[in-house]
Amino acid sequence: MAQIKAPPGGAFLIEEAELDGVLIPEELSAEARLMARTTEEFIRKEVLPVTDRLEAHEEGLNARLMRSAGELGLLAGGIPEVFGGLDLPKSTLTLQSEMIALASSFAVTVGAHTQIGTLPILYFGTEEQKRKYLPRLASGETIGAFALSEAESGSDALSAKTRATLTPDGRRYVLNGTKMWISNAAFADLFTVFAKADGEQFTAFLVERNTPGLSIGREEHKLGIRGSSTCRVILEDVQIPVDSVIGEVGKGYRVALYILNIGRFGLGAGALGTSRELLRHSAKYANQRVQFGSRISSYGLIQHKLAEMAVRMFTLESMLYRTAGYWDVLFAGVDASAEGSADELRAVTEEYAIECAILKFYGSEVLDYVADEGLQIHGGNGYSEEFPMARAYRDARINRIFEGTNEINRLTLLDQVLRRAQKGRLALPQAAAKLKEAVLSLAPRSSDLSADPLDEVGEWIRQIRNATLYAAGQAWETLGVKIADLQEVAAAIADMSAVLFALESGWLRARKLAASGSPRSGLALSAIQVYGADACAQVEQWSRYVISAISDGDTRRTHAAVLRRILKPPLVDTVTLRRQLARSVIELEAYPW
Amino acid sequence: MRILVPIKRTPDPNSLVRLTADAQIDLDGCKWIVNPFDEIALEEAVRQREAGLDAEIVVVSIGPEEAADQLRACLAMGADRAIHVCCNRSLEPIQTAHLLAAVVATEQPDLILMGKQAIDGDQNQTGQMLAGRLGWPQATFASTITISDNHTTAVVEREVDTGRETLQVRLPAVVTADLRLAEPRYVALPAIIRARNKPMANVAVDDLGGVPDCGVRTVGYELPPSRAPGVMLPDAASLAAKIREAVQ
Ligand SMILES: Cc1cc2nc3c(=O)[nH]c(=O)nc-3n(C[C@H](O)[C@H](O)[C@H](O)COP(=O)(O)OP(=O)(O)OC[C@H]3O[C@@H](n4cnc5c(N)ncnc54)[C@H](O)[C@@H]3O)c2cc1C
Repeated sequence: MAQIKAPPGGAFLIEEAELDGVLIPEELSAEARLMARTTEEFIRKEVLPVTDRLEAHEEGLNARLMRSAGELGLLAGGIPEVFGGLDLPKSTLTLQSEMIALASSFAVTVGAHTQIGTLPILYFGTEEQKRKYLPRLASGETIGAFALSEAESGSDALSAKTRATLTPDGRRYVLNGTKMWISNAAFADLFTVFAKADGEQFTAFLVERNTPGLSIGREEHKLGIRGSSTCRVILEDVQIPVDSVIGEVGKGYRVALYILNIGRFGLGAGALGTSRELLRHSAKYANQRVQFGSRISSYGLIQHKLAEMAVRMFTLESMLYRTAGYWDVLFAGVDASAEGSADELRAVTEEYAIECAILKFYGSEVLDYVADEGLQIHGGNGYSEEFPMARAYRDARINRIFEGTNEINRLTLLDQVLRRAQKGRLALPQAAAKLKEAVLSLAPRSSDLSADPLDEVGEWIRQIRNATLYAAGQAWETLGVKIADLQEVAAAIADMSAVLFALESGWLRARKLAASGSPRSGLALSAIQVYGADACAQVEQWSRYVISAISDGDTRRTHAAVLRRILKPPLVDTVTLRRQLARSVIELEAYPW
Repeated sequence: MRILVPIKRTPDPNSLVRLTADAQIDLDGCKWIVNPFDEIALEEAVRQREAGLDAEIVVVSIGPEEAADQLRACLAMGADRAIHVCCNRSLEPIQTAHLLAAVVATEQPDLILMGKQAIDGDQNQTGQMLAGRLGWPQATFASTITISDNHTTAVVEREVDTGRETLQVRLPAVVTADLRLAEPRYVALPAIIRARNKPMANVAVDDLGGVPDCGVRTVGYELPPSRAPGVMLPDAASLAAKIREAVQ
């Protein structure tokens, strides 16, 4: 791992990555795999068999499972050793998150605890708060929850109405208000509660469950993840000492934003883990079900679905481990046990906010595709609760809503890009200007079938990057900061960025696999050819959509002409390629990498 | 006392076994595990120690470089140290027994506890052949093991088709584990971390006298014919009808 270099967050938008800076899942350590195996065995043997009981909210069951998970160390990976944690690399934790997500509801319980329920203390807490709470959170003796949302403030979290009033003697805060949609509420022992100090200053507080005045509402009746607990948390004159503040008074928005950022990465990892299991179910079913005298897995339209699932998962997986690998390099430079290391930890965590936003919306949409088409492959049985797909379909849907809706994450992406550009952290305006100058001398090669197919995909990536840069640069030039008001354009730029990151990550991985002589490198090449060909066409459409929205008349025609020079979507027989990919999925009855 | 637990790296039984175009076993993408019966043997050794037996537990594996991963897993389960005999070819049981006997000569264990068979070749011979080579007593298919306080004998219960048989063996001896001897634990993450620093020795096959020829050669592999696809029946009545049809 020592040789891995980590580029700044968002750099993929403006330059090609170094190959040897990229972690691919095939390179994960034996230790990471061993830990993932323990996790998978625990989920399969202890959690999945009690799904129905969890969904019936059997008293104490979730808490007991969390304790068992804690005993195995499954909740401690992200916490430094000095605070009772295991301090595991992010890449190891990513694989672990994938395995936990085999049980969708329990994954929400674990995620709400280890990520949003624990990290506010690690990243913003005082030494005393860390010493007091982290060891018990690491072991699962204390279960955490994160109480930000309210009935009237979800996406607009800062408009929360919950108030914290300082007592006249200045020693306590009195909390009043109602939080809504709080995961783990039924059994959590410790809540990170967001409230406005004196009605103005948005602040995070630690509130222990047994504090008088705190009560929990009934379980929400949900579409899916019914085995997780989601309730209101009602605060009526809840008195807490002033040292319960997490971070600074008035700086609660930082706590919320940083923590959600990490949660988003974990959500992407979970989406992949769940998708893996659903692809298994789908391929197996397609091999068993016979219609018109043949297994339905022999039909082109079913093969298309299976192949497309695998392709999207391949790109998601490549992005996840690439980002985790970068993070591991940066985290390796921080001594998390040192006092005052929190600033560095936060800076490193925030570095890949753009990538995290992509992983959140892209990952949840891959999962929804897999759940939806997996259900379709099951036909009527997919619609029946006797088969696993109906539950999976219901469970998957939440991922596009929480940890910031996918709309909010698309907007966040552009917001982050602009912020970094303004601060000089990302040379995007420079790159866009350079591109504009160079545009006339640009002559994209049209698809050349004799070329090395990996180089060919590399050329598509350059074209996609240029089209994205051009569209984003022109939107910025025309609209300035008002670009955020033209949300449709902002979202299109976010989608182009995501496709660029996905294709490039898959391509880098395919190159590494080819270089190492992996028998699965051919399959990887097919996957990125399929994905890349479609991506070029999509990016062409999105970029035309953007320039049409921001210009008209001759300007618009000029932009269109430039885009035609930049981008030449290739003609690729993706039918044959998908069938080839599907053959592997059908033969293995699993995700083929 | 010292317990030696030989373990084998085997494919995960959930992995699909395929053949390559030239009829060799295609192991690409296959997951690898500690042979489950060996894992049971190791679990039993660790439990004996946890119950108060004063024992050093040594695991040994004869296998490719990657077998170090399985040895690490064993160290995390509770073995004290590991010996890795690096060997890239597949061995017949008599060859494995030969190499293990050479390891025994230097390690001088009081008990060899091993799986009754490996789930890849399903041969069920190595333990017996090893005991034969060493001239030690053997008790196969153990479902319980009780070691005497002075470490000179072990009482082994073995499950046979019609009931249970109890043997007493003088130590040192070879005991092979059956399915119900012990249920392997989850390998806890902190234990995996602690195992990072446990010693693992590398031994070359040549240092053990090399692999003797045994007169057996694998000539070919063939997959069973693929199963015809099943049909879903709506209810028990139609199942009964189908059976009647088939019987007639
Ligand atoms: C099962 C479950 C568990 C949850 N767990 C937790 C938890 O543990 N802790 C916690 O604090 N919260 C939790 N939440 C709350 C969750 O984070 C919010 O539901 C989410 O942030 C969306 O907020 P909202 O429901 O108020 O929707 P709204 O914000 O009202 O959004 C409604 C729609 O409008 C869109 N929209 C909103 N603002 C904009 C905008 N500016 N531009 C364009 N579109 C916009 C949204 O994308 C969405 O499509 C949970 C929710 C659920 C369902």
